[in-house]
Amino acid sequence: MDEIITPYDRLSLIRHRDRPTVRDYIPMIFTDVYELHGDRLYSDDKAIFGGIGRLDGLPVTIIAEVKGRDLSENKEVNFAMPHPEGYRKALRLAHQAEKFHRPVINFIDTPGAYCGVEAEERGQGEAIARCLYEFMQLKVPVISVVLGEGGSGGALALGVCDELAMLENSIYSVISPRGFASLIWKDASKEREACNIMHITAEDAVRLGVAEQIIMEAEGGAHTDPEITAENIHRFLSNSLNDKMAKDIDELLVSRYNKFRSIGEFTLMDSSENQGG
Amino acid sequence: MTMEELFRQVTQKFYDDQPKEPDFKCPRCQKSTSAKTMQENMQVCPFCGYSSRLTARDRLRMTCDKDSFTETEAGMTSVNPIDFPDYEDKIAELRDKTGLAEAVVTGICTIHNEKCVIAVMDSHFMMASMGSVVGEKIARAFELAGKEKLPIVIFTASGGARMQEGLVSLMQMAKTSGAAAKYSEQGGLYITVMTDPTTGGVTASFASLGDVIIAEPKVLIGFAGRRVIEGTIKQQLPEDFQSAEFMLENGFVDMIVERRNMRRTIAHLIRLHREEVR
Ligand SMILES: [Zn+2]
Repeated sequence: MDEIITPYDRLSLIRHRDRPTVRDYIPMIFTDVYELHGDRLYSDDKAIFGGIGRLDGLPVTIIAEVKGRDLSENKEVNFAMPHPEGYRKALRLAHQAEKFHRPVINFIDTPGAYCGVEAEERGQGEAIARCLYEFMQLKVPVISVVLGEGGSGGALALGVCDELAMLENSIYSVISPRGFASLIWKDASKEREACNIMHITAEDAVRLGVAEQIIMEAEGGAHTDPEITAENIHRFLSNSLNDKMAKDIDELLVSRYNKFRSIGEFTLMDSSENQGG
Repeated sequence: MTMEELFRQVTQKFYDDQPKEPDFKCPRCQKSTSAKTMQENMQVCPFCGYSSRLTARDRLRMTCDKDSFTETEAGMTSVNPIDFPDYEDKIAELRDKTGLAEAVVTGICTIHNEKCVIAVMDSHFMMASMGSVVGEKIARAFELAGKEKLPIVIFTASGGARMQEGLVSLMQMAKTSGAAAKYSEQGGLYITVMTDPTTGGVTASFASLGDVIIAEPKVLIGFAGRRVIEGTIKQQLPEDFQSAEFMLENGFVDMIVERRNMRRTIAHLIRLHREEVR
């Protein structure tokens, strides 16, 4: 693309009504897919897909945040905003994958974890914390792909992995641009301004050491040609999996930990400077 | 006028001239209490038991054995990882105002002679939001506890992620949770004490990962902001929503401990875990 595409343009692209969702991509990338339901504790959260299938013939576990393709689908999947039981389903399937030595492939596409009364009652904070804790130690390769919106802790819950890729137009942020605008400027309509200072694009994520790869979308956005985009995702997953499967798992765990351990910037000042500023 | 009367008059005038500390108005029961009474009562509301927000300095004084605290990573301070407008100025201003280098103070101390690593978050510093420095100091505290084979006690308080550090602040959730996991693998005891307010990305990371999770009475604990939820459901939430008591009831807190019993409880818990059962 020749013209300059702004972060806000990307936000518009990932909100395009024809933007493919993980439900579109799964049959184009995997074979023998069986969906597995429920967290065995409370219920089955439809905002998170869980299942097993094959990638290039190799059994894998697939965990994904699910956007709907229209309003009625979106109501069913709660606009891809998981409840705690969704994250607990993810954890159950991650441990199952570990037992059977299957790698885990996560797809991230959420505005954020659901903010509601029941979500608080059932421990949204604990559910996300537990994902971070368990995925950090999971003894199988974990690969994550941000398909559209990577919103806050609800996205990070599936983002502790050995390699993170982002689709070309996807975003990854500490809070939604709208939430940011209303928090910083008390004006949710300043979404465009928020996009400009938040550093939320795939390039930003690579520069900040959060993402390793950018997966190209079809010209004009993923919706213009979902097959090509799916092929690109497939190619990334095949390469990444080959690479990670060849490594010793303990080595993989050390570099997974070190990646997150090293993100952050700070300086050490003379502590005498601290006295009274 | 006798000497005694004169003395009384002078001292009375002296007290009248002192700037009076404003009364404490309890955000839970709305009743007012004099600053002096609050101080005598460890900053706990005498009417409803709400354990009000403390500075890190006061918390350490109330928690650690006298002169036992040694600070670690004292000079660590923030930079501006995503070039957020005015962020450095805001940090510098808060450093001056609070005397703190950042929103968490870490170190080693004894509590009733039990040696431990301690971390105290201070909501007076940018609502103790978690940016790079908070994440790094918490991770280093876990690493220190692991290396020295000490238990770790973290007093949590936070408004959530540090917006001014963008995606970098989000990643601190993974960093601190990973450090907690690594420490746990080494067999160490991690006690969380949730204080007012423990919310957002801190609730959704290391705060919720303690082996034992204590909360102070009536404090706010939750993931999403109350107003965000009220906006979603378009109705007002009950008063005790997201309180320590609510979290206990729903199974996310082990016990609620009053401030006057905190030192003793922590020391007992450490002792109970010291003898290895293997
Ligand atoms: Zn009160």
